[in-house]
Parts: sequence; C-alpha cells; structure tokens
Amino acid sequence: MTAAEAPSTSSDSSYGNGDGELLLRAEHVTKYFPIRSGVLLQREVARVHAVDDVSLELRAGETLGLVGESGCGKSTLARCLARLYPLTSGSVVFEGQDISALSRRELRPVRRELQMVFQDPYASLNPRKRVGEILSDPLRIHKRGNRDQIKRRVRELLELVGLSPEHINRYPHEFSGGQRQRIGVARALALHPKLIIADEPVSALDVSIRAQVINLLDDLQDELHLTYIFIAHDLGVVRHVSDRIAVMYLGKIVEVSPAEELYQRPIHPYTEALLSAVPIPDPDLSDRRTQIVLEGDVPSPIVPPSGCRFHPRCRYATKICAQQEPPLAEYGGGHVAACHHPLNIDLPAAPGADAAPVPSAVPVPGAAPGGAPAQDAVPSAAADAEPLPPVAGGTAGAEVPAEEAQ
Amino acid sequence: MTGPNMTGEPLLDVRDLKVSFRTEDGLVKAVDGVSLTLFEGETLGIVGESGSGKSVTMMSVMRLINDPNARFEGEVLYKGHDLMTLNRDQMRAIRGTGISMIFQDPMTSLNPVYRVGAQIAEQIRAHDHVSKQAARARAIELLAAVGIPQAAHRVDNYPHEFSGGMRQRVMIAMAVSCNPDILIADEPTTALDVTIQAQILKLLRKLRNDFGTAVVLITHDMGVVADLADRIAVMYAGRIVEQGTRREVFYDAQHPYTWGLLGSIARLDRPKPRRLAAIPGQPPSLLRLAPGCAFADRCAHRFDLCDEPPELLERVDGNHLDACHLEPKQKKELRETTIHPELIENAE
Repeated sequence: MTAAEAPSTSSDSSYGNGDGELLLRAEHVTKYFPIRSGVLLQREVARVHAVDDVSLELRAGETLGLVGESGCGKSTLARCLARLYPLTSGSVVFEGQDISALSRRELRPVRRELQMVFQDPYASLNPRKRVGEILSDPLRIHKRGNRDQIKRRVRELLELVGLSPEHINRYPHEFSGGQRQRIGVARALALHPKLIIADEPVSALDVSIRAQVINLLDDLQDELHLTYIFIAHDLGVVRHVSDRIAVMYLGKIVEVSPAEELYQRPIHPYTEALLSAVPIPDPDLSDRRTQIVLEGDVPSPIVPPSGCRFHPRCRYATKICAQQEPPLAEYGGGHVAACHHPLNIDLPAAPGADAAPVPSAVPVPGAAPGGAPAQDAVPSAAADAEPLPPVAGGTAGAEVPAEEAQ
Repeated sequence: MTGPNMTGEPLLDVRDLKVSFRTEDGLVKAVDGVSLTLFEGETLGIVGESGSGKSVTMMSVMRLINDPNARFEGEVLYKGHDLMTLNRDQMRAIRGTGISMIFQDPMTSLNPVYRVGAQIAEQIRAHDHVSKQAARARAIELLAAVGIPQAAHRVDNYPHEFSGGMRQRVMIAMAVSCNPDILIADEPTTALDVTIQAQILKLLRKLRNDFGTAVVLITHDMGVVADLADRIAVMYAGRIVEQGTRREVFYDAQHPYTWGLLGSIARLDRPKPRRLAAIPGQPPSLLRLAPGCAFADRCAHRFDLCDEPPELLERVDGNHLDACHLEPKQKKELRETTIHPELIENAE
C-alpha cells in the first residue's frame, strides 16, 4: 500500500494506508430526533439536529478519526453509518450497496461486515452471559459452523485480543475494564468484518491500559486488514490511530484532513481552538504556549445558530458568518474545511508523516525566545482577569496572551 | 502571581496516613503510608490511575469517609491541629472555611431539588452569621466571579438547568464561598470536554492567583498537572512512588511507573511514535499486595532487590523523592528506552 496507489492527491504517506478502494460513502446523512409533547397526541414540537447533512468517504484499510465535543453528533453519525438508527434523509453506500433503506433482514449480511465497539465495556457486555456465549452468539446467529468450529473460533478470538482461552467460562464482572474492552473487540471481530466503528473505545480506561488497547487495535488492523472509524474526544489518541480525521461541531463536519496535517495546519477556527485546549504533558511547553480558551458552551442543537454554527464562539467571526453557512471547501491534499475565514491557508501542505510534526497550537521547543515575554505570561492573574476583548460577531474566545507559536 | 511560600510550616502535613477497608474478601489497604505536605499558595498535583488511592487519601484528609469498616492511622496536621482527632463539629467548622473539596461529577454533588443559589447561601450561612439576603447577594457575587453569565438570574436555577462545565463552576463557587485556605479538586475536569476543561483550569488558576488558595489537584491526566501543579506526587497501589517539582517529575522522572505513565500518553507535542509505550499487565489487587515493590510485576527493570519494600527517599537531590531500588545512574539510562528521548533532552 503506497501513497501512489491511493487515488487521493495527498502527499501524506500515512494516508496511503487506505488501499484506495471505496468502502463506504455517506451522502447528505441527516438525523433529526423529534421532541414530542402532549398527552394523547404526541405532537412533534421541535427537533434535535443531531447530524445535519454530513457527507464523507471511507477507503478500505484506512482509519478515519471522528472528533468533536460531546453532543456534536459523532456517535449519532456512527450509528447512522452502521444503520443502528434509521436516517432522516441521505444515503449510506457500503461496498457499493445503498444500506440506508434496507430492512432488518436485508441488513443482516451487512452487519457481518460492519461491526461496532462501544465505549462502556461494563454496559455493552451482557452480565449474565459467560464470555464464551458472548463471543459465540454472533457465530451462531450467522450460522458460522458447527459447535466445535464455533468453539475453536471463540478460543482463536480470545487469543487474538490477548486474553487466555481459559477465560472462556468467566462472566464479564470477573474482568477489569481493559480486559472487557478486549472482549468487546473480540466480539466485533467474530464474523471477520471489514469495517469496525469504534465509539470512544478507550475513553473509559486508565492511561496505561488505554495504550494497551490502542496498540491492540493497531496490531489487529495490520493483521486483519481492517478499516476503522475511530470516534474519540481525546485528540492525542485520535492523532495516534488515524490516517484521516473529520472534526464535527453541532451536527456538521467542519474540517476533514489527513491526520498529521490537521495538527500542523488546522484551517477551521474550531479545530484550532480544540487543539489548543488539549493540555500538554510538558511543563515548559505548557507555560510557553498560546492557549485559546473558547468561551461558553456548545449551543443547543434544537435551534442551531444561523450561518456558521460555530460563529457565536469564534474569535474570527464577522457579519457574514451569521448570515451564510460556509460550504466545505477544498484546500489541497484532501484537506477540506467549512469556514469563511480559513486559517493557515498560506502555509504549505504538510510534508510526509515521517517529518517531525509540531502542531501549530504548540510552540516549537526551543523556538520560544523571540518577541513576546514567554514564561510569565500564561498563568498570570492579570491575563485571566482581563475582560474579554470584544470581537465582531458576539462573544468570542479569549486568548491568554503568551508567546505566539509561529 | 504570588508563588508558593515553601519556607516555614506547611499548611497541610499528612504523616504516614494509612487507610484500610475490611471487606468480605479481606483487608484492602487503599492508602498505605502516605506522607504529603502542602504549603501556602502551592498547587500540589496527585497523579495516579483508578484505585491508586489518590481520592481516598484526600477524602480521609477531609474526614469524609464514614464507612464503619474503614480504619485510619497516621496524622493529618492542618495548621498544627491533627484533623484525625477532631470531633464532628470541630471538623465541620474546618470544612468549607479551612479546606473544601470539589468532585468529578458536579451533577451528583449538587442537590437536584434545590436552586443553586440556595445551596451556596446555605453553606455561607452555616459558617457566617449573615442574613439570608446578604448570603444570597454573596452567592450572586460568587457565581459571577466563577464566570457564570447573568448570575443574578441564574442564581435561581436548578442544577439540571446548567451544562456540565457550568455546574462545575457552581461547585467551585460553593467551595470557595468561605475563603478556604485549601481547595481539594478531585478530577475536576475528567467529565468535561477539552474546551470546557480549559475553561475550568483557567478558572482554578485565577482563583489560586487571586486569593492565594492552596490547591490539591487530583487527576489521572499528566497534561493537567503539567499545566497547573507546582509539585507532583505520583501514586501507585496506595503509595507515593515519586514526588518532586513539576519539572523534576516530567524531565527527570525516577520511577519506572512514572516513565510508563509518560510513555503511554498519545501526545500532540511530539512526533507520533509508531507504538505507544503501554505498561503491560494491570494494577495489582490491593487485597493481596506482595511485600516488595507493588509495581515490580509490571516493571521491565525488575531485579532481585525489588522483593524488598522500597522506601520513598531522596535518591537524586533536593526534595525529589522516589521509591525505586535502581541506582540513579541506571535509571537515567533505562528511562530513555521507556519514554520519548526528546523529553529528557529538553531538561538538559
């Protein structure tokens, strides 16, 4: 799998992880949840715009990361793609077949190819079933072999995810969180799927265990040629696993980019703010960097803001942002973003993933001495106490003054 | 910014604290000989994974564990008084005015059937003899100070009418309502999104700088302590395994567990490693702790001395303590294979 085989124009070698074959295409996927009121006649009084007109493509062998804050619709989108929810409108084409209107029965063969791993390994495993049953259920339902063959496959699966075959008779409560997540992964793998949608698979785990599960997912992808959609709110984890990343805000995809490039040159102000909010586990870097702190919360998806949905919190917002919704525009190398005031567009596209990347929201180590005072600026009381600078378009992010990164 | 005053008497001095719980399966030693100091205006970060004893340590300091099966040993000196010997009323007087605490989940810490203003005013009136009106006015002031817009209006809202980040602000307003010397924040941002986490950390920094409150920050996130803490204690299986200044712990980490923690983070400030340096295995059961180093089973550098319990000692210099039998020289070499080498270069 080389970059040359990928039909994309991307120069990012990590993008070459997808072998080019289109596996899944979502077009204008929209999911509204009705809010009903009334005693007898449950009239629809409003709608939660959970996912609004999202289109994306997924190539075999790649990992697409999906990031955003809680409530941005990333889990709903995942469930729409897996057809766990019916769509309000739009289509999902998986392996050349439109699955958006299939019946339950027709979906069955699709389910074999498309599996999910869920966040909470405590809630997603039936506490009354032994591990052996949990793992053999999908095999029985889809009639994959006789009793002995199924038993053999279950043992194989346990070994595949790093558990001992002796665990076969244990119940979920006898395992730690990390081990349970391994069981969840094994269950997803049982039917040799092509695509695994992992919804925050490591968020509930401790750091050291989290790294184990991420490494496991990585190994499995190489071994079994899996394609992943990986949902997480931890941007470090997403960068580590993804070839491409889609950023969501309030039901919309606002930016899609090859993974490394997103961190080096975020184009959408929301991506910039999101990256900047991640705490850096390095005291000196942490003291030096400019942090953009977004004010306020994500607005209600029941009545999303007009125009660009991010404009009430955006520090670059102008009049047009409230009036017109920006379309997703192409910035080269498979990098698209929906913003009227795109950032970093005069920077060159990211080089290959091998080059040492430094996210633009983080100062380059050693590059600090320069103009502005660095060390003392960030945590100072004065900086924090300052009133927010009024930015056109309403309340906006306050910037903690410190050394600018680039 | 007034830096921590590290000379003289510490504000809080925890000496050899042991907390154990009697359970059906046996004795769980949740905290096993923890000693900590906190100076005026200082921020101490306590880092560790679930079950490492970081929360139990601080809950014990606040005397918030009422389990009849719990046993406490050791001293908790606050301004020279041993909190472990105080009675209920004396302890109640210290909570809120001396030491107060905020928790991970603000929804479960707030009473859902009372308006937030009433909950804050109740606390103010419990410690100060002021009128209801004055307490309410102070509650509005506090809500405004922690960055809640339209505080005069929001004071009459119920907890469910606030978002997660706003609820945590309400909790912080309540915690600082009686100007405590010490604020204990137990995973204050774990349940929040990164952008909201950044807001709350900024607020904590502001409170610390404006009022000189000493902060104990309990977290599993190395990024959060790197941002906020002056000193860091790393806990594992009920003990402190390493303790030092922020720079010492990050740039000159001495304990293999600290290396493992630093190595297993998928970080944004470094080139992407091919694999994360995960710590193998899982934390040990606190029911059956081996007499030696609790981390030995997961440690790549185990040797025969590790069967003996390691003491938390000054092994390098200054106040940088660690509990690992390896020679400092050896550690320096081994460490570089465990965490990203660039991190070490940074320090030198």
